[in-house]
Amino acid sequence: MSEPTRQPPVLTIENLAVAYRVRGGEIEAVQDVSFSIHRGESFGLVGESGCGKSTVAWAIVGFLGANGYVKRGAIRFMGRDLVGRSQEELRRLRGAQIAMVYQDPMQALNPSLRIGDQLKEVLTVHRGMSDQEATRRCIEMLERVYMPDPADVMRRYPHQISGGQQQRVVIAMALLTNPALLIMDEPTTALDVTVEAVVLDLIAELRREFDTAILYISHNLGVVARVCNRVGVMYAGELVERAPVREIFQDPRHPYTQGLMRCVPRLGQDKRSAVLYPIPGRVPPPDQRPEGCVFHPRCDHAEERCVAERPGFRPYRAEHMVRCHLAETIDPRAWTPPPDLAFPLPQAPEPNGRTGEIILEVDRLRKYYTAQGNSLRDVLGLTPKRFVQAVQEVSFQVPRGKTLGIVGESGCGKSTLVKTLIGLESATDGRAEFLGFDITVDLSQRPLEVIEELQMVFQNPDSTMNPAYTVGHQIGRPLRRFRKVQTREEEYREVVRLLEAVRLDASYYDRLPRQLSGGEKQRVGIARALASRPELILCDEPVSALDVSVQAAVLNLLLELQQRYGTTMIFIAHDLSVVRFFSDYVAVMYLGQIMEFGPAEAIYAPPYHPYTEALLSAVPIPDPDAHQRHIRLEGNVPSALSPPSGCPFHTRCPRRHLLPDNGAVCAQERPPWREPAEGHRILCHLPLETLQALEPVLEPVASASGAETSAR
Amino acid sequence: MAVAQPTVDPARRRPSRLQRLWAGLALVFQSRVGTIGLAMVLFWVVVALISLVWTPYPPNASLFEQNLPPNGTNWLGTDHLGRDLLSRLMTGTQVILLKTRLPNGLVLPIGVAIWGVLGSLVLGTVLGLNAGYRGGWWDQTIMQVLDALIAFPRIVLYLVVIAALGQGDWVVILAITVTGAPGVARLVRSLALDIKTRDFIRAAETRGESPWYIMFVEILPNARGPLIVDAMLRVGYAIFAIGTLGFLGIGLPPPDPDWGSMVNDARRFIYANPLAVVWPSLAIASLVVGLNLFADGLREETTRYQK
Repeated sequence: MSEPTRQPPVLTIENLAVAYRVRGGEIEAVQDVSFSIHRGESFGLVGESGCGKSTVAWAIVGFLGANGYVKRGAIRFMGRDLVGRSQEELRRLRGAQIAMVYQDPMQALNPSLRIGDQLKEVLTVHRGMSDQEATRRCIEMLERVYMPDPADVMRRYPHQISGGQQQRVVIAMALLTNPALLIMDEPTTALDVTVEAVVLDLIAELRREFDTAILYISHNLGVVARVCNRVGVMYAGELVERAPVREIFQDPRHPYTQGLMRCVPRLGQDKRSAVLYPIPGRVPPPDQRPEGCVFHPRCDHAEERCVAERPGFRPYRAEHMVRCHLAETIDPRAWTPPPDLAFPLPQAPEPNGRTGEIILEVDRLRKYYTAQGNSLRDVLGLTPKRFVQAVQEVSFQVPRGKTLGIVGESGCGKSTLVKTLIGLESATDGRAEFLGFDITVDLSQRPLEVIEELQMVFQNPDSTMNPAYTVGHQIGRPLRRFRKVQTREEEYREVVRLLEAVRLDASYYDRLPRQLSGGEKQRVGIARALASRPELILCDEPVSALDVSVQAAVLNLLLELQQRYGTTMIFIAHDLSVVRFFSDYVAVMYLGQIMEFGPAEAIYAPPYHPYTEALLSAVPIPDPDAHQRHIRLEGNVPSALSPPSGCPFHTRCPRRHLLPDNGAVCAQERPPWREPAEGHRILCHLPLETLQALEPVLEPVASASGAETSAR
Repeated sequence: MAVAQPTVDPARRRPSRLQRLWAGLALVFQSRVGTIGLAMVLFWVVVALISLVWTPYPPNASLFEQNLPPNGTNWLGTDHLGRDLLSRLMTGTQVILLKTRLPNGLVLPIGVAIWGVLGSLVLGTVLGLNAGYRGGWWDQTIMQVLDALIAFPRIVLYLVVIAALGQGDWVVILAITVTGAPGVARLVRSLALDIKTRDFIRAAETRGESPWYIMFVEILPNARGPLIVDAMLRVGYAIFAIGTLGFLGIGLPPPDPDWGSMVNDARRFIYANPLAVVWPSLAIASLVVGLNLFADGLREETTRYQK
C-alpha cells in the first residue's frame, strides 16, 4: 500500500452537488460527494449506471454541458478552487494538468489523423515544443506503454491498430503532459478480458511510476480491486461508502456495498454450490429519489429511522466513511436472504430419464463468409475468392436440460456459431442436428416446428423490444404465430402467465418498452423467447449489458425457468465467472475453433488449454487479496481471413516453449484432441502430463501481503 | 426486482387513438414555431371549408369589370375576365386540400397535393423498405432505378407524364407521386438500414416471420416519426409543384381556379393589375411556409430528449 503522503492532496472534492436544468425544474444528479486523491494514489469510484459517477468526473473538468452546473460544494485541484472558473482557464488546466481517458478509444482518437500527429499536437500546443522534440517524446511515451514498434505506430491511423493498442495510445496521450490528475472513465469496459488485463497492469504500473493521482471510474468491482488503493461506492448520486480497497472488500459496512458483493458470482462458483442474491428494486431515477436514506427502499435492514432521517457521511473507522445509520450493527455474515429471494438450488442430476438425451448435435460445422474486396480487380472477380473462416470445424453435443456455455474473446466466432444454429445464417459445411432435424439450412427453409423449438434471448435490452408495440403485444406475437392460443382472451391469459413466470405482473401488459428498465426489458425478452415453449434457448450475452444487481436477478430467473421447464440452453458470455456459474458444459472458442470442451468444473482447473489458462488469469476478481497467476497474451487475435497454420493459437501461446524446438510442431500441424477425462477434450500439442502439471491460475487466498501481484 | 410495482390500472385500459393523437398535437404546442405553422395551415383549411358553402361571389362568373384593384365590393380586386379574386382564391384552396375531380365526374375527398404525397409515401415506402431490409440485388436495382429518376429534371418528368396521359387531377397526383417517391424511398431505406440491425428484428426473424411482415409491422412503425415530418414538407413541395404546373398551363384543368394558373393568368396583365399576381403567390407561400414551420416544430419536439 502507498505510504501515507502528507503532502496536500492533488484533488479534493467537498460536498459536491451537481444539478442539471431540465424542462420544468432541475435534477440534482450528484449530491454530497466528498473525497480526495493524493499523488501516486488511485481512487476508484464504483456504482451502477445512473449513480452519477461520470457526472462527478465531468464536474471536475467542467464538461457539464449547457444545462449542468455545480450547485454546491468545492472542487479543489492543487489548492485552487475549480468551481466558477471560466471555460478558458479550465481549458488550459485540462490540457496541462488534468487528462481524461474514456471508455471507447476509437471515439477518443480522430480517425482521419495519424496517431503521431494526434500525439504530437498535445505537446506542440500545450507545451510549445518543437516538432522534432515532440516526436521524440511521443515515441518514448509509446514505449513506456509497451507499444510494440512505436515509431511505426506513429505513422499509422487509429483503425490500423487493435482496440487494446488504441487504448494504450489514448493513455500515452493522457500521460504526455505529465498530468497531476488522470481521470479514467471505464477505460477497459469496451475491451476483451485478455486485453483488459494488459491495460489494467499498465495503469497500475503507471500509477507507481509517474506518481500521478488517478480517479478511476468503473462499474466492475473486480477491476477496481486490481488497480485502486481507495474506493468510493456511489449510489443514486451519493457517496455511500469510502474506504481503503481491502476494507471495502473484506468489511463492507454499507448494505448496498454488501449487496453488490453478494450479487456477482466469484470465479469458481457454480449454480449448485452458490446462490446469487440480487438487490431488490432498482436505482431510482434522480427526480424520484426517496426521502431519508436513498437506499432504504432496497435495504433489508431498513428501520423507521432510515425512512425519516437522512444519514450523514460519518467515519466508521479511520479512513473508512459510511453513510448508514446502522453501519456498526449490520453484520454481513449474519445476513440471510429474505424469503422471496431464497432460491432453491438446482438438484444435481435430475432424476427423470429424458435429461440424458442428446438434443443438439453439431459435427464439424463450418461457416465461411466471402470477404468482399474493394479493389477494381476484386469487384470484377479477378482475384481468388477469400473467405472469413468465422466458424471452423466445430463439434459438440448438448444433452436435454443442460446448459452449454461458450466463451472466447470478441471475434472468436461464438456469435456466428449461434447465428448459424438459430438459422439467421446457413452453415457452409458440416452437420448439425436438432431433435433429429437438419439445421444447417437457414430459417426460410426450416419447418415451423423446428423454428418454435429454437428461440433466442438477445444481448442489448434497449433493442431487444420493438419500441412501437406494448409488452403484451410483443409477447403475444409468438403465441399467435405458432398457434399456441386460439382466442384473444386465451392469448391475454397466456401472456400474463408468461409475465408472471419472469416475475413481472399483468400491469406490464400495456406498457411500452420505453417505460421499462433494462432488467425489465430483458425479462420481457425472455418471456417472448419462452412463449413458444422452446426446447432450446440460445442466450447471446443476456446479462452483459445489465447492472450487476439486475444481472443476478436475470441469471436467477434463467436458472429457475430452466429448472421449471427443463429447457436446454446455450449461453454465450465473455464473463468467465458468469459462464462458470451458469453452465454445465463449457466450450472455449478461439478463431472459430473450439479449443477446449468439457464439464464446467473441469475447464476451470488444470489440465486446461493454454488459452483457457490465459483467459482465467485475466479475469478481474473482486478481491484485492486473490492470488491469480499472471499470464498475459501478447499481440492480437489474428485475422480470420488467414488464420495461422497448425494450431490457431500458436502465435500467442505462452506455453509453446514447453514443447521441443519452441513448439515448431504447433505452427505446422493441427493439434490432436487430448482427452483427460470422459467428455473433456483439449485441442493442444502439449502432452496431457504437461497440461496436468500446470499450476492452477487461482490459488486459494493464502497470504494477505501480496497486493502487488502484477510483475511484468 | 423480485416484486413488480403495484398495478396502476387493474381494468386494462389503454389510451385511445384520439388521446394519443391529442398527445402528439400537444407536443407541437411546446414549440412556438410549430404552433405558428399549424395556425397558418389551419387557416387555409378553414378557408377551404368555408369556400365549400360560401364565397362572396360565384368564383367562375364574370360579374365585374376587368382587372379592378382592391375595392369595397371586390376586396382583392378582379382578374382579366372580371371574376372576383377573393372568391377564386378561396375556391383554389379546395383542389389542393379538399377535393380531387376524377375524369368521370366523380369527386374524391382530400385534395390533389395530399393524394400526391400519400401516393409517393406508399410507393416510396414499399421501394425503400425492400431496398433497405433485403439489401443485395434488391437494393442495387431499386436504388439505381430511383437514382436515374432523380437525375431527370422534375419539370421534364411532369411534362412527360402529362404529355403521355393528358390533363387531369389524377395525372397531377401521378406526377407528384412519381417525382416524390425516390426521395421518400431514400429516407425509408436509410431508416430501414438502421432499424434492421436491432435485436427485435433478429427476434422476428427467429420466429420465422415473412420479410413483408418484418418490413411493414416491425420496421415501418419505427420509421414513423421522420416519415411524418418528411410528409409535411412534401405537401409543401406538392403545392409548389401544382403551382408550377398551373403556371405552365398544364396543371389542374379549368374552369375551377387553382393558385398556379391564377398567377399565370394575372402575369400577362401584371402592369395593369400587379396585385392579382401577388395574392395567389402569397397564398402558396403562406401555406408552404406554414407546413414547413409545422414540420420543423414537429421534428424539434419529437427528437428532443424525453423522459
